[in-house]
Amino acid sequence: MDFTRSCGVAGALLLAATLASPASAGEPRGGGKLLLTNGISTIEGSAGGGLTPWAVIAGNATKDGVGVQSGITVAALRSYDFRSLDLAIGAWDRIELSYAHQRFDTNKVGGKLGLGNNYKFDQDIWGAKLRLAGDAVYGPALLPAVAVGAQYKKSLSGAIVHAIGARHSGGTDVYASATKLFLARSILVDTTARLTKANQTGLLGFGGDRGGGYTLQAESSVAWQLSRRFAIGAEYRTKPDRLSIAHESDWADLFAVLAIGRHLTATVAYADLGAIATEKGQRGLLLQLQGSF
Amino acid sequence: MLVFALLLAAAVPAAPPYAMPGEAAVAPYQAKDSNAEARPYTGDFMARAFHGRAGIARVAGDLVDRAYADPVIGEIFKGHDKVRPTRTLFEQFCYIIGAGCTYSGRDMIASHKDLGVQQADMNRLVELLQRAMRDEKVPFAAQNRLLARLAPMRGHVVQK
Ligand code: HEM
Repeated sequence: MDFTRSCGVAGALLLAATLASPASAGEPRGGGKLLLTNGISTIEGSAGGGLTPWAVIAGNATKDGVGVQSGITVAALRSYDFRSLDLAIGAWDRIELSYAHQRFDTNKVGGKLGLGNNYKFDQDIWGAKLRLAGDAVYGPALLPAVAVGAQYKKSLSGAIVHAIGARHSGGTDVYASATKLFLARSILVDTTARLTKANQTGLLGFGGDRGGGYTLQAESSVAWQLSRRFAIGAEYRTKPDRLSIAHESDWADLFAVLAIGRHLTATVAYADLGAIATEKGQRGLLLQLQGSF
Repeated sequence: MLVFALLLAAAVPAAPPYAMPGEAAVAPYQAKDSNAEARPYTGDFMARAFHGRAGIARVAGDLVDRAYADPVIGEIFKGHDKVRPTRTLFEQFCYIIGAGCTYSGRDMIASHKDLGVQQADMNRLVELLQRAMRDEKVPFAAQNRLLARLAPMRGHVVQK
């Protein structure tokens, strides 16, 4: 069901990318990025490190072309299951448009909360990112790629998120990211600052009884490149905590990513998402398969 | 006889770096190490990782061979002399790695102007270099250390 929906969205994004005119003239050219430098798909659709966006542009194209990437992510936590499907278009290594559909399955907790067993929170996220300056790999060693982005999020479980105390069922995050691969150390570092009102990325709505305005959150990824195809790393993401009935924790993960080929990247992560919707200790395995062109 | 030949060799002025015997001549220029456009590594860590000058020569030679034969970027090298870049690329790598060479080639703008190199070509060359270094069994961390000194040259190689 959400897959057919995602396909329609894919068409719309492709159309948007075709209508926009290229930033630099010359023969358009597909592909050509170095392995792993398109990042992986985040659970919110933007290219990055899995939990947090990076200042890299989705897809395999360079500044001379347009590329796409798409991923499916599943996470099995102690009490919940999470799944996201995403699609992103990256144009001229400059602009990224993305879409993600998230589904959060409450399993037995749903019954306990009076929502019914296996109640699912669904959310759509539309993203846009613009790389302003710099490059994550090339150029001066200390000049990172710098990008700004926005994610418009719309919960499809509006009545329920209001019932648990959220002020809105939709909202927009804005963020700025700086990303650099320090080749001399084989270490990639990303830092992202995000303004957000979202509870649990928006799955539990926006704002709450403990405030409704924007909060500033910090996110970071560090990855160690062990070969052309393989890297391991860690991420941390601070979160707002706006719903007194559903305490929210910062997120962290440890990940390993393998470029199986130019067009296929697999990620496995061990994530600690803390307390989610009354249930503490939500840890578990996250898997992602991503295709890119 | 041998002594005479040596004396003769010493008396004949050395060929200028832009017109070496056996190589296609290029427009005259002033040879200097700064044309290599990178700070050399100090200490012998890098030289050992690359198995000394012999290893660096294998990597440079292998890279040039792969580049000329490559389906993606071979077209750009076609018609250019192969002997000269094999020598000068070796010198540049050897100089940067700190294995005791001087660089006698041109700077990166002069070497690449009008070639129409695109970002995807640059990435392709990096991949070929990674293969050449992998075949030489250069540890990955040392491979990236060489790339770290080449990455800032991108703006002088890739067309705007
Ligand atoms: C940072 C990356 C690069 C470095 C360090 C580099 C280095 C060099 C050096 C040292 C030379 C010889 C200069 C001389 O003999 O005076 C050279 C020549 C050349 N390079 Fe590169 N190069 C790079 C990237 C590229 C790329 C990406 C391409 C194309 C895909 C390319 C194509 C050529 C060609 C065709 C020549 C021969 C030019 C001629 O015969 O006049 N180079 N390069």
